[in-house]
Amino acid sequence: MSEEDNITGNAPHVNESTLLEVEDLKMHFPVRGGVFSRQVGAVRAVDGVSLSIGRGETLGLVGESGCGKSTLGKAIVRLLNPTGGSVRFKGSDITHMWQRQLRPLRQDFQMVFQDPAESLDARMSVGELVAEPMVIQRMGNREQRRERVAELLDRVGLPRSAAQKFSFEFSGGQRQRIGIARALAVNPDLLVLDEPVSALDVSVQSQVLNLLMELQRDLGLSYLFIAHDLAVVKHVSDRIAVMYLGKIVEMTGADELYRNPRHAYTKALIEAIPVSDPSQRRDHEPLEGEVPSPINPPPGCAFGHRVSAPGYEESIGMDISLKEIEPGHWISDCPCCVSVQPAAGIIVS
Amino acid sequence: MMATRTQDAASEEIERGSSLWRDAWLRMGKNKIAIVSLVVFIITCLLCFGFAWFCKDPIQQDLTNKFASPSGEHWLGTDAMGRDLFSRILYGGQISILVGLVATFVAVTIGVTYGAISGFYGGRVDTIMMRIVDTLLSIPFLMVVIVLQAVLSEWSGTTSKWIVEHWGWNKDFTNRATNVLPLFFALGLFGWLTLARIVRAQVLSLKEREFVEAATSLGLSNLRILFRHIIPNTLGPTVVYATLTVPGFIMYEATLSYLGLGVESPNSSWGILIKEGANYLETNPQLLILPGIFFSLTLFALNFLGDGLRDALDVRASKD
Repeated sequence: MSEEDNITGNAPHVNESTLLEVEDLKMHFPVRGGVFSRQVGAVRAVDGVSLSIGRGETLGLVGESGCGKSTLGKAIVRLLNPTGGSVRFKGSDITHMWQRQLRPLRQDFQMVFQDPAESLDARMSVGELVAEPMVIQRMGNREQRRERVAELLDRVGLPRSAAQKFSFEFSGGQRQRIGIARALAVNPDLLVLDEPVSALDVSVQSQVLNLLMELQRDLGLSYLFIAHDLAVVKHVSDRIAVMYLGKIVEMTGADELYRNPRHAYTKALIEAIPVSDPSQRRDHEPLEGEVPSPINPPPGCAFGHRVSAPGYEESIGMDISLKEIEPGHWISDCPCCVSVQPAAGIIVS
Repeated sequence: MMATRTQDAASEEIERGSSLWRDAWLRMGKNKIAIVSLVVFIITCLLCFGFAWFCKDPIQQDLTNKFASPSGEHWLGTDAMGRDLFSRILYGGQISILVGLVATFVAVTIGVTYGAISGFYGGRVDTIMMRIVDTLLSIPFLMVVIVLQAVLSEWSGTTSKWIVEHWGWNKDFTNRATNVLPLFFALGLFGWLTLARIVRAQVLSLKEREFVEAATSLGLSNLRILFRHIIPNTLGPTVVYATLTVPGFIMYEATLSYLGLGVESPNSSWGILIKEGANYLETNPQLLILPGIFFSLTLFALNFLGDGLRDALDVRASKD
């Protein structure tokens, strides 16, 4: 957090040095059935998401499992082919680029995966793994790459001798450091971090988070930080987007979100953050029900439907979209979930 | 958090972490049966491919000295034609082991490539490729080999003649070589089918793993993902299966030769020797028993070796 502005969160959204712009991104997966495997429906995993990330900024993306946040991350780095909308990176539209065209651009955005045990090939040494992105981008010769691998391992706090070992010889936190070193190898500007600490022990989580923040400060990286846990995201993000059933329901500066959550779902998530002090009991009712099926979403507001909010009927048939209610504070414009007064009582019943 | 940033660059060059194969090797070292098997197999190979050249001519007949008992002259005695049994066993071993190894090599090359492509591309490609495998597997193996052998042995005779005439190769050697070619061909043609299935199944699950996704996000092309990441990960099961198929192919060779479809006398192979020995089972059982001992020892060794390899290559079982 080099600049004060970034923390307050209002400023970055209108940042002219925008790195990533996602507009109305849709990622639908066809559901096939019947004898001739006709398409009988679609899983609307990501359904019209718009966001942007400025240079050096961290955008946190939170939501329950199954809300489409990982899918969104994968669609952004083009591991998936989006169904609609656009992804613009540094001004160039990468939404429908071929993988071959995309390859040189991949140098600028890399992804860190949730489970490093899974995302690192067990048959390759750490040195090979970290050097691989450089090989793909044809950076340097063998000697230079080896030098750079050593630098990167230093950088993420691993011994240089790690290069000759295999990823399964390391602990979870160390493996994630390998994953980060690998993503950093080609000097990217943007890292999409897909739940980078969720698979780690709590004690190790903060070390990796600190490493990520330190790297951001030193290298001027931008992060899209995906997590299901507001507590983790709060720590690292400049702005936070809350996602529910394929849509963003609230997006604003990190502090603002905690001080002044406006969407009922955001409030419920904040309520759900565990408190470390057992004497400080809070009386909130846990969120009931499941996230509705993205194959067959309810006709109105998806969250109002789940908690049977009083104003749900109103939302049926409405075109619910993100509205900027205050500078930098975007919220889904739904009659049943949005409280009018800031920080009013909890609407979730 | 700022851990060990100062590491001596010189010491780091010397210090090499454990590699997968070295680990496997160390683990196998603890498996006594596997090591003994390896030694037995190596000794057999050395005898057949090295020591055999210093032995007597395996085709040289001496009708005055039939069914001789073991002696300084003939270490394991002689057979019904007065040929030196020991050297026939060693020369026969050459053919048998070569058949096993070459056919396995062919089967692994075809099987891994075919299975990997089928599993990786999936969908219609996979369906078509696997139905071809199913069809081939449904054809009785022995029947096809009989037909192939009949067709190809004629062809091998003319090839042999042609080579001797044009290239001036040694006639015996050329005959021996072309005589077994149809066998290699037939075994290789069918041997890869099961392996292709195994590899395909592996690839099907591997391609959904996150490290493949990670490789895609780095910008690796499909083909390079397949050959750099997926196929190396199938190697464990492949190596094990391959080791276990070597004795299988040796058996096939023996079976075919026993039926008179493989190697033809006076060339020798373990199958031929057992076949010939069986004729004198009552009068001279050693003609059957001695080649049989070599044969079964090798098969045992290869099977135990395969088992040992399977245990040794199971990375996760021992590491996590």
